[in-house]
Amino acid sequence: MSLLHLAIFSPFLMAILVPFFYKGLRSIHTGWFVLILPILLFTYFIGFLPVTRNNGTVEKSFDWIPSLGIRFTAYVDGLGLLFALLITGIGSLVVLYSIFYLSKEKERLHNFYVYLLLFMGAMLGVVLSDNLITLYMFWELTSISSFLLIAYWYDRERSRYGALKSMLLTVFGGLSMLGGILLLSIMGDTFSIRELISQASELNGHPLFLFALILILLGAFTKSAQFPFYIWLPDAMEAPTPVSAYLHSATMVKAGIYLVARLSPIFAFSSYWFWIVGAVGIFTMFWGSFNAVKQTDLKGILAFSTVSQLGLIMSLLGAGAAALHFDALNDNIYIAAVIAAVFHLINHATFKGSLFMVVGIVDHETGTRDIRKLGGLLSFMPITFSIAVIGAFSMAGLPPFNGFLSKEMFFTGMIQLVDLNIFNLQTWGMLFPILAWIGSIFTFIYSMMFVFKTFSGKYQPEKLDKKPHEAPVGMLISPIILAVLVVLFGLFPNLLSYSLIQPAAAAIVPSLVEPGELLSVHIVHWHGVTTELLMTIGVIAVGILMYLTLSKWIKLYTLFPGKVTLNTLYDTSLYAAERGSYTFTKAYMNGFIRTYLVYIFVFFIGILGFTMWTEGALKIDKSNLAPIGVYEIVLVIIILAGIFTILFAKSRLTSIIALGAVGYTVSLFFVIFRAPDLALTQLVIETVSVALFLLCFYHLPKLNRHEERMGFKLGNLIISLGVGTVIALMAISSHSNKMFESIASYYVANTYKEAAGKNMVNVILVDFRGFDTLFEISVLAIAGLGIFGLIKLRLAKKGGEADEN
Amino acid sequence: MLVMVMKLSLILITLAMLGFIYRLVKGPTVPDRIVALDAIGINLVAMIAILSMLFKTYAFLDVILLLGILSFIGTTAFSKFLEKGEIIENDRNH
Repeated sequence: MSLLHLAIFSPFLMAILVPFFYKGLRSIHTGWFVLILPILLFTYFIGFLPVTRNNGTVEKSFDWIPSLGIRFTAYVDGLGLLFALLITGIGSLVVLYSIFYLSKEKERLHNFYVYLLLFMGAMLGVVLSDNLITLYMFWELTSISSFLLIAYWYDRERSRYGALKSMLLTVFGGLSMLGGILLLSIMGDTFSIRELISQASELNGHPLFLFALILILLGAFTKSAQFPFYIWLPDAMEAPTPVSAYLHSATMVKAGIYLVARLSPIFAFSSYWFWIVGAVGIFTMFWGSFNAVKQTDLKGILAFSTVSQLGLIMSLLGAGAAALHFDALNDNIYIAAVIAAVFHLINHATFKGSLFMVVGIVDHETGTRDIRKLGGLLSFMPITFSIAVIGAFSMAGLPPFNGFLSKEMFFTGMIQLVDLNIFNLQTWGMLFPILAWIGSIFTFIYSMMFVFKTFSGKYQPEKLDKKPHEAPVGMLISPIILAVLVVLFGLFPNLLSYSLIQPAAAAIVPSLVEPGELLSVHIVHWHGVTTELLMTIGVIAVGILMYLTLSKWIKLYTLFPGKVTLNTLYDTSLYAAERGSYTFTKAYMNGFIRTYLVYIFVFFIGILGFTMWTEGALKIDKSNLAPIGVYEIVLVIIILAGIFTILFAKSRLTSIIALGAVGYTVSLFFVIFRAPDLALTQLVIETVSVALFLLCFYHLPKLNRHEERMGFKLGNLIISLGVGTVIALMAISSHSNKMFESIASYYVANTYKEAAGKNMVNVILVDFRGFDTLFEISVLAIAGLGIFGLIKLRLAKKGGEADEN
Repeated sequence: MLVMVMKLSLILITLAMLGFIYRLVKGPTVPDRIVALDAIGINLVAMIAILSMLFKTYAFLDVILLLGILSFIGTTAFSKFLEKGEIIENDRNH
C-alpha cells in the first residue's frame, strides 16, 4: 500500500465521510469539502509529470489475492497519467460547478457527492491499474456509480429509464470484457497488462486471440458509446448537468478509449483490430454528427456530439494501429494518428466539458434546454455566450482553437490511410476520409446550431419560465477555466506536446519507441496548403452554406422513418425478451402438478434409459437367482390383481381397499422372505394408512366425488410403462452386477458378541446404525407436529382475518 | 408327509384367498368387500401359521397375533364408517 494506492482509494474514503459533513455542517454546501480532494489529487498527479516526460513509469503493487495471481498494481505511465489528470482536473472543475448548480436546500447533496466520489475513485482505478482484474473491478464500479448518478433525480421516469438503459448496455459490455480478460489471461497466463504486452507476438497466433479481441472491444465500445451501442448516452442526459459534463463527456465514456489505447500494443498487429476499431469509429463519428443536427434539446446535441467525437478518437486509434506495420520511427507517418487521438482526447475533454456547463447555465437561468424556445440570449448572458462560442468553434474545428489542430490531424490520419496498401485498404480506404469529411460538415452545422440558435436570433420571452440573466460568478469559473484552456492549447499546442501527448502516445505504441527515444510530437498551425487544409476549408464552406439553408433541408430527416432506430430496436428487443421469457415460462410452468410429473418422469426415463443404452449397462446374469416357489407366484398374482383393481376401480373406496389388500400381501411377502419385524410393521402401518385414506375419502367435497374410472391418456400409459420398464431393467442389471460380497456376515457374527442382542434387525436399527433411527424418529416427530399445526393453526379462516390463537 | 399336508393346505388357503380377492374386486357392495377383506385377514393368519411351521420358526407368532387384532380393528372401523360416515366422532373440536 503506497501513497499512489492511497490516492486511488482516497475518493472512496472521502465518500464515507461525505454524509457526516452533510448532516453535521448543514450551513456550508457539502461540495466545498469535496472540492479539496480532487484538487489535492490533481496536484499530486502533476508531480508525476517529470517522471513520465521521458517515458518513465512508476509502479506500486500490493497483493490482493496472491493465490490467484491478483495483485493490485498501480502503474503510472504517460497514458494513465493523462487520464488521471483529466479525471482529477475536470473533476475539480465539475465539483466547483456543481456547488453553484445544485441547491443546498432542495437537493440531496450527500447522495450526489458520494456517487460522484465513488465514480472518481473508480475511474482513477481503471486508468491506473496494471492488473486486468482490478481494472475490471473499477470498470464495473464506474458503471454502477454512473447508474446511480444518471438516476440522481430518481422520482423522474425518464431518469430511471436512462439509468436502466445505460446500466444494461454498459454491464453487458463489461461482462463481455471480463470474458475477454479471462481469455487473455488464459493465453498469457498472467493478469498484468505489461506482461501481456511483452508476449504480444505469441498471443497473436493463439486460437483464442480473435475471441478475446472481439469481447474486449465489445466492452470498450459499449462504454465509449460506439455504434450501435451509443443509444444509452443520449438517454443518460437526464442526469444533472455536472454529471453529464463529467461522466458523459470527459471521463467515463473515455474509459473505452482508454482500454483500446491501453491494449493496442497487444492487439493492434491484427488486421481485425484495425478494421473493427477504425471502421466502427469512423462510422460512429459520421452517424453521431448526422443525428446531432436533428436534436432540439441542447444536451441531446451534445450527447450525439460526444458520440461522434468519441468515434473520431476511436477511428484515429484504429488508424494508429497501422503504425505498427512500419518499423522505422523516423518516417512513420501513421504514428501521427495516435498523436492526433491523444491530442483530440484532451481537446474534447476541455471543450465538451465547458459546453455542458454552458448548457447547465442556460438551463438554470431560463428553465429550458429546448432550442426552439431559446434565442436572443446574447445580450443577457454575454460571458456564457463567449464560452459557448469558444467551445463550439473548437468543436467545429475552427482556428485558432484547439479543435482546429486536432481536426487537421484527424484528416491527416484519415488521408494517410488511403495510401496504405495493407488490409485491403486500396479498395475500401477511401471511405475513411470521405466519412470523416461528411461527419465534419455535420459537426460544423450542429456546432453553429448550438451557438446561434441559443444566443442569437429572436428573444422569445413568452416561451421562457424565467427572466434570463447572467449566471452567478461561481458557476462561470469552471467553464471559463476550460475555455481558457481551449484557447491556450489552441494557440500554444506545444505546451502539451512533450509533457502529456508524447508519453501517452508512446504508451500506446511502445514497440516503436526505443528506450531513451522520444516520439517527435510537434503540432504546428500552418503546414502549407495541404489536402487536409483544403478539406477544412471545404468543411467550413459547405457547413456555412448548409447551416444557412438549414430550414430547407432539415425536413429531410423526417423522410427517415422515425420508428426504425436503434432505440426502437432496443425497446422492442427488451420488450420481446421480457415477453418471450414470460411466454416461455408460462408455457412450461403451467401450474399443474401432473405436467411437472410428466417432465420429471420423461426426464427420468430419458436420462436413465439413455445412459443404460449408451453405456451398455444392461446385463442379465441368471447364475445367482433363487428358485421361485408356488407361494411367490400366487402372491404375485394377488398383488397384480390388487394393482389392476386400483387402476381400474370405479369408486375410490374400492381403490383404497385394494390398496390395503396390496399392502397386506406385501406383508405376506415379508413373511415368506423371513422378515418378521418388517411384516409386523408393515401390517400396522398399512392399517393406519388405509384408515387415513378413508378419512380423506370421507372429507372429499360432494361436488368432486365422481364415481368414475380414471380417465385414459395414452401419454400417461406410455410414460408409466416406460418408468416401470426402466426400473425393472435397472433392478435386473444391478442384481446381475454384484461386484463384491455383502457385509451382512459381519452383523451375523457380531450381533450377540458385540451388541448383546439376538434380533439382528433391531440391533442394526438401534446399535450398529442407530443414527438413521434417530433421524427417522425426528421425521416422525416433525410429521406429527406438522399435522397438528395444519389442523390447529387456521390463520386466515374467517373473512381473511389472521387469528393466531 | 406332514410337509406335504402343510403345502397342500397352503395351496388350498391360497385358492380360498383368490376367491375372496375375486369378491373384493367384484363387489358389488362395499360391505361385501369388507367382509372379503376380513376373511382375507383371517386367511393370512392361517397362512402365516402354516408358513412358520414350514420354516420351523417362532418368529412369526407375533405377526399372527397382530393380524388378528388389526383385522378386527379394521373391520370395526370400516363398519362404523359405513354406518355413521365417520370413524372417530370428534364433536369436541367443532
